[in-house]
Amino acid sequence: MTVIIGLEIHCQLDTATKLFCGCSTDYRDDHPNSHTCPVCLGLPGSLPKTNKKAVEYALRVAKALHCEVPEESEFSRKNYFYPDLNKGFQITQYDRPLAVCGHLDIEGDDGPKRVRITRVHMEEDPGRLVHKGGADRPRYTLVDYNRAGIPLIEIVTEPDLRSPREARKFLNKMRATLEYLGVFDSEKEGSLRVDANISIQGSERVEIKNITSYKGVEKALTFEVTRQRNSIRRGQKIVRETRHFVETRGVTTSSRSKEMEQDYRYFPEPDLKPLRVKDWAEAIVIPELPDARKQRFIQDYQLSPTHAATLTGDWQIAEFYETLPVEMRASTGTATWVADTLLGELNYRDMAIRHVPLEHFKELLIIRESGGITDRGAVEVLRTLLDQVKEKGGCEAPAECIKRLGLGVITTPEQGSEDPVTSAARDAITENPQAVDDYRKGRKEALNFLVGQVMKKTRGCAKPADVNRVLTGLLSGKE
Amino acid sequence: MIPVPSIEFHPDDRYFAFLRTVSTPECGQGRLAGIPVAVKDNISTAGIETTCASRILAGYIPPYDATVVEHLRREGAAIVGKTNMDEFGMGTTTENSAFGPTKNPADTSRVPGGSSGGSAAAIAGGLVPMALGTDTGGSIRCPAAFCGIVGLKPTYGRVSRYGLIAYANSLEQIGPMAGNVTDVNRLMEVIAGYDSRDSTSLNQAYLHTPDPEIRGVKIGVPEEFFGEGVDPRVASVVWDAISMLERKGAEIVTCRMPSMAYALAAYYVTCTCEASSNLARFDGVRYGDPADTRKTWHESFQERRREGFGEEVRRRIMLGTFALSSGYYGKYYAKAQAARHHVRADFARLFRDVDVLAGPTMPTVAFRFGEKSDPLSMYLSDILTVPANLAGVPAISVPCGKVGNLPVGLQITGRWREDERVVDVAYAYEQGRSA
Ligand SMILES: [Zn+2]
Repeated sequence: MTVIIGLEIHCQLDTATKLFCGCSTDYRDDHPNSHTCPVCLGLPGSLPKTNKKAVEYALRVAKALHCEVPEESEFSRKNYFYPDLNKGFQITQYDRPLAVCGHLDIEGDDGPKRVRITRVHMEEDPGRLVHKGGADRPRYTLVDYNRAGIPLIEIVTEPDLRSPREARKFLNKMRATLEYLGVFDSEKEGSLRVDANISIQGSERVEIKNITSYKGVEKALTFEVTRQRNSIRRGQKIVRETRHFVETRGVTTSSRSKEMEQDYRYFPEPDLKPLRVKDWAEAIVIPELPDARKQRFIQDYQLSPTHAATLTGDWQIAEFYETLPVEMRASTGTATWVADTLLGELNYRDMAIRHVPLEHFKELLIIRESGGITDRGAVEVLRTLLDQVKEKGGCEAPAECIKRLGLGVITTPEQGSEDPVTSAARDAITENPQAVDDYRKGRKEALNFLVGQVMKKTRGCAKPADVNRVLTGLLSGKE
Repeated sequence: MIPVPSIEFHPDDRYFAFLRTVSTPECGQGRLAGIPVAVKDNISTAGIETTCASRILAGYIPPYDATVVEHLRREGAAIVGKTNMDEFGMGTTTENSAFGPTKNPADTSRVPGGSSGGSAAAIAGGLVPMALGTDTGGSIRCPAAFCGIVGLKPTYGRVSRYGLIAYANSLEQIGPMAGNVTDVNRLMEVIAGYDSRDSTSLNQAYLHTPDPEIRGVKIGVPEEFFGEGVDPRVASVVWDAISMLERKGAEIVTCRMPSMAYALAAYYVTCTCEASSNLARFDGVRYGDPADTRKTWHESFQERRREGFGEEVRRRIMLGTFALSSGYYGKYYAKAQAARHHVRADFARLFRDVDVLAGPTMPTVAFRFGEKSDPLSMYLSDILTVPANLAGVPAISVPCGKVGNLPVGLQITGRWREDERVVDVAYAYEQGRSA
């Protein structure tokens, strides 16, 4: 039973001001309705004025997705009544979108895959409803228009995706692409909303509305695949409908709304002139994108394709990697450490790379690379620092942390008084006469046991080679 | 502190021209220093209630000034009040005001025309020398003609619409109204010009001294301007006016304007479609009486809209909603735009041969109250004014005589962006008449 999935992705463009007025887009954590003016409140008589930066951002996306950009593009009105919609219509694009017929290449379930992009268009975000007195039976609802007028792009794909996992991979690639373009900030709450169309081949199509997280998309689709497959197995027909994803419960529920029958009565926005976009798009130069950067990482730093893909799959990580000294970038050790250890630990804590003070982690990597800490020690420091960040929003410097935890690599002085490794070695010899005896009888594996004991005593902070040297010295020197 | 200069304004408003007045309006220095100017009630005035003569906006006090109002204040004008109108501009008589009709100062048993009837009556009644009106399909020119004053509908884009509460965005313009062409010109100089807040604004200032020289000007007279429905008495007065211009040296050419046949339909489809969308924001959440929160959202907003809008407004919202519905868009809205294109092309063709077009502003003189009771016959009376709005070209109405005691307007329509020329021709006529 082939699964057929198409996505409609709504992303907030990361401009400084709104799509049709000069209000700041930096509204999160601010008082409701404090980022508003006559235009974004839709006051009678106000007129929209298109933010050129937003169009430019959208054109960057169109270009990165290899879209065709028409000579002219036009805004239309989508008419419907809803309390968060201050004008009773949304300014969006309908029959003359900004861009059509593009594609995005991903690593699909069965290898490289080209996902076709139907269209890319711009629109304004509506306001936000705040329900008071419980989500199930709100006593009343307040409207916050701070979000009204934030520029959005809608990216619509052809039904080319074949599994929830593939959909998530596509989204990850899309997010990376948008972040590489500098037009999108995936970390901002509510900056992404996805509608998904999903069907089992030969059955009706179901639309899942308003999924608001990356992980949610895979979850919602997985639930839906199971639900639809089970229905078909039981001989039931799939009904063509709109369903809502309930993130907290991980299920989709039928929304008995009449959305399918809504007639939005689109017509061209008379207050705005058509945009001449073809020449504009041609003049725009877009930066290096994930695929190109991956190739460069493979070529310049001799990284494995897997490491290169991971390290370039997120703009912030790629940027971080390239702040490291050039010699380090070409080291498999560093690549492994960033791609596997660092990202693994972040993932475990549900954190993103932006949450960590990169200077600190760069320092930690450099200490590790130069042998100032063992691999195990470095992991312990990393975990400690990440926990600190997660708890307090900041962390101590790695050098301090290493010192505090006593995780610095213990280097044995060539001469002079007892160093920690020698004293640990002495203790190990005294405490394990049997092993010493075995060693002296020629059973070399007994030395490994003693090395292990010393490592334990020094909490892994000694270099195994040093321990080896000190132990053999002590064992041969004495008696 | 320097005292802010102001004037006293206590009009004897026996015509109900004003919905509200400001008794001691501030004024200042500038080209309109101390001149009382009335503003139609669909133009936003900071701190002064602005209702579009609709119950649904009762109590709405805009927090900002329309661009034209900013211009008036900057040039020292005293904004003395807000004038009555057909609700949201939808009408030809000012009878559709939710707050009662305005009377025509020429004959108080008759309508002043509309929708800028309050502004026209305030001038004709001698309450103010000049006023702002708005013209979507004749709303400045019709009351100017019926009340015997001068009114200009500028080229679309020459006057900023920022702050004009939209009825039909692609058709309407704010324009000057006054007792004579000189004052219309003065007011136009103040309100016109580029405004970055209005994306449809033209980058063209209006600085002009009216020139009465008419020799060499070619005036076209389309047969359709004197077609069926035009009162022969009105036609005769207007022909006399055109003949006078000819005597003064203008060249008169008769011509045809076939697109007139569908201009009215194109106009009503376009304006109702746009209106149905523009007026959607009045849903009880932000304006007027608050919605009944005990009811569901749909019930309460429908109730607010049913009670808040007058009959004509509801009719036009319904018509526009229908015309934009899926399955009908192509039949109505798209066709109307095609027809608009024909009207524009017709004007362009005519203006290759002539400088302006002339004819009556309205097919008849002012109606008696209640005379036009069925909507369709009311709509038909806009036939001569809507083509200029469909094409975005300038048109002026200047008084050219009377039928009995009732004024008749001569309409001069000009090329796109040539507002100065229609003002000149109107001025030439006005000067010729008084000479
Ligand atoms: Zn704003």
